[in-house]
Amino acid sequence: MTPRARMLLWSAIRHIVLLAGAGVMLTPFIWMVSTASKPQTEIFSSDLHLIPYQFALWDNLLIAFVKADLWRYLLNGLIVTASIFGLQVLVALPAAYALAKLRFLGRDVLFALVVFCILIPPQATAIPVFLLLHKLGVLDTYAALVLPFTISVFGIFLMRQFFKTVPDDLIDAARMDGISEFGIVWRVMLPTAIPAVTAFGIFSVVAHWNDYFWPLIVLNSEHLQTPPLAVAHFRNNEAGTNYGPLMAAAMVIIAPLVIAFLFAQRRFIEGITLTGIK
Amino acid sequence: MAEIEIRALRKAFDGAEVLKGVDLTIHDGEFISLVGPSGCGKSTLLRVIAGLEPQSSGEVRIDGAGADGIRPSARNLAMVFQSYALYPHLSVFDNIAVPLRMKRLSALERAPFVGRLMPGRRRAERVIRDDVERVAEQLEISPLLKRKPGQLSGGQRQRVAVGRAIVRQPRAFLFDEPLSNLDAKLRVHMRAEIAQLHRQLKTTFIYVTHDQAEAMTMSGRIAVMIGGELIQVGTPAAVYEDPCDIRVAEFVGTPKINAFPGRIRSDGRLEMLGHVLHAATLAPEGECRICVRPERIELASHGLLSGTVVHLENLGSEAFVHIGSAGTDAPVVARVNDPGQLPAIGATVGYGFAPEAVRAFDADGKRIVTSVPSRVERPRGMAVV
Repeated sequence: MTPRARMLLWSAIRHIVLLAGAGVMLTPFIWMVSTASKPQTEIFSSDLHLIPYQFALWDNLLIAFVKADLWRYLLNGLIVTASIFGLQVLVALPAAYALAKLRFLGRDVLFALVVFCILIPPQATAIPVFLLLHKLGVLDTYAALVLPFTISVFGIFLMRQFFKTVPDDLIDAARMDGISEFGIVWRVMLPTAIPAVTAFGIFSVVAHWNDYFWPLIVLNSEHLQTPPLAVAHFRNNEAGTNYGPLMAAAMVIIAPLVIAFLFAQRRFIEGITLTGIK
Repeated sequence: MAEIEIRALRKAFDGAEVLKGVDLTIHDGEFISLVGPSGCGKSTLLRVIAGLEPQSSGEVRIDGAGADGIRPSARNLAMVFQSYALYPHLSVFDNIAVPLRMKRLSALERAPFVGRLMPGRRRAERVIRDDVERVAEQLEISPLLKRKPGQLSGGQRQRVAVGRAIVRQPRAFLFDEPLSNLDAKLRVHMRAEIAQLHRQLKTTFIYVTHDQAEAMTMSGRIAVMIGGELIQVGTPAAVYEDPCDIRVAEFVGTPKINAFPGRIRSDGRLEMLGHVLHAATLAPEGECRICVRPERIELASHGLLSGTVVHLENLGSEAFVHIGSAGTDAPVVARVNDPGQLPAIGATVGYGFAPEAVRAFDADGKRIVTSVPSRVERPRGMAVV
């Protein structure tokens, strides 16, 4: 075999493997779009077909928006994820700055504890946190959705790693110019750390937009529900699950994330790689 | 304008002593260089003066007032960093304006959005704009004011960093190896510019560098630091001609001073490589090092010593001949003013030096005073047995 042919073959194998991987990842999404576009009768028909005979996407979307107040849920999702991210940044940046750039007794121990906290799954602390929120009397409010996530150890870790790469001279120059330590965090570190903040923002928003577990246990009121709970509305054990509108609603709630990712894709990859290099 | 006094300054990091009791008075309006090999504590000393690092003991006084516990910005000193340390997200204009905004605007006036509504802000901003533009003009960076630091060359960034320092009219300037990141040609050019700036501003300049050529060419006085101690302070000429310690002699001057193993005889005469020199000392008998600058070594067939040429460095205007000879560890370097008359590599050459050129140091590296007894006649320029 000539080297050229071998290279072509290798290239072909590589692409086949990648395509297979992409297929596995994409099939659920394609099936979702397909189901959302089918009328009820086709969904339950015995023959499997991807392209619907009768295109019913608009009807399903209409049912979704009428039956469940999707706008309300999307707004709730926006309020909750934005508040969580804002508070996380408010906590993580000063903490990361202190851990990366200030010298004080016990800094390394504190940082080790932060890293250790990454290992604790949120479900493990769910019951104590639930009881705490109950004592505070904030169950079934936005606060219950937001408060437990304001301190993100992952965020502190990510920002600390990024701040480590910022030269000390820059901070000293800021001190010489008369900027206070908090001023340095917001006026000097935050602008230089925009790629890392963006990457963290994507992680944070995706995690809390899609969170099903926590809203499910702290909420009762329908008007506070987040998008994943909204989708669950269409599941009905007695009357049978209405798959068409369910899939249409699922499409609607993942759309903001997909669109945001497409816009911020480059930043996202920058942010992830910058924690690995240097 | 400020006089800076440093008294018995010590600094230790995790038990390792970096500054071991430094005493230095920097006069008002002086250009002083702190020079020494890397790790000698010169940058730490500068950072202590700036207030970026607290000292372990000792005192820094600026204009007679103790500076301990005063924040870096309140000391009103400006610092230029090796990496320039420009704010990457701000334009050149904003970079230069930062120290003025921090000093002249209140926290509320600086706040985003709200600040614009404050009554005094517009007027203060106008004055700041004038000041920044004046400095930019002085440094010839006016066309760059709208650019970001990332779009500037090294030399331009350097100027912006200097601009940010001079715009606040500080009492003294602290330079921390500001030219190290520039290429050789630009470095020589900026050297002249910084010296010119000092003549213009007549403010105290403290300049840290590991490059002894920078220190020699720019400053009024140089302070040589080695191993956390200030070994010698004086004019460049005095430090070069009259080093008080062998480490100073070896650090200052390129190529390095030639050092020969020698001995002080019981009659006070110096002896090296089996020859007795025509130089005497009152120091007690014992081992010593005899040092001679390359430009004081003369090649001559009838010289006192001889060796083989192992390497030639022809710089065009002058040349250095490296002579390997028995009894010395490193080759002896001699400067030849006329590169047209270089010996060939491998040739045997004789060399010698005048007894006045000898700088002798005792076993501890301290300078030994030598004198040349007057004589009726001696061959010109040659050491005589």
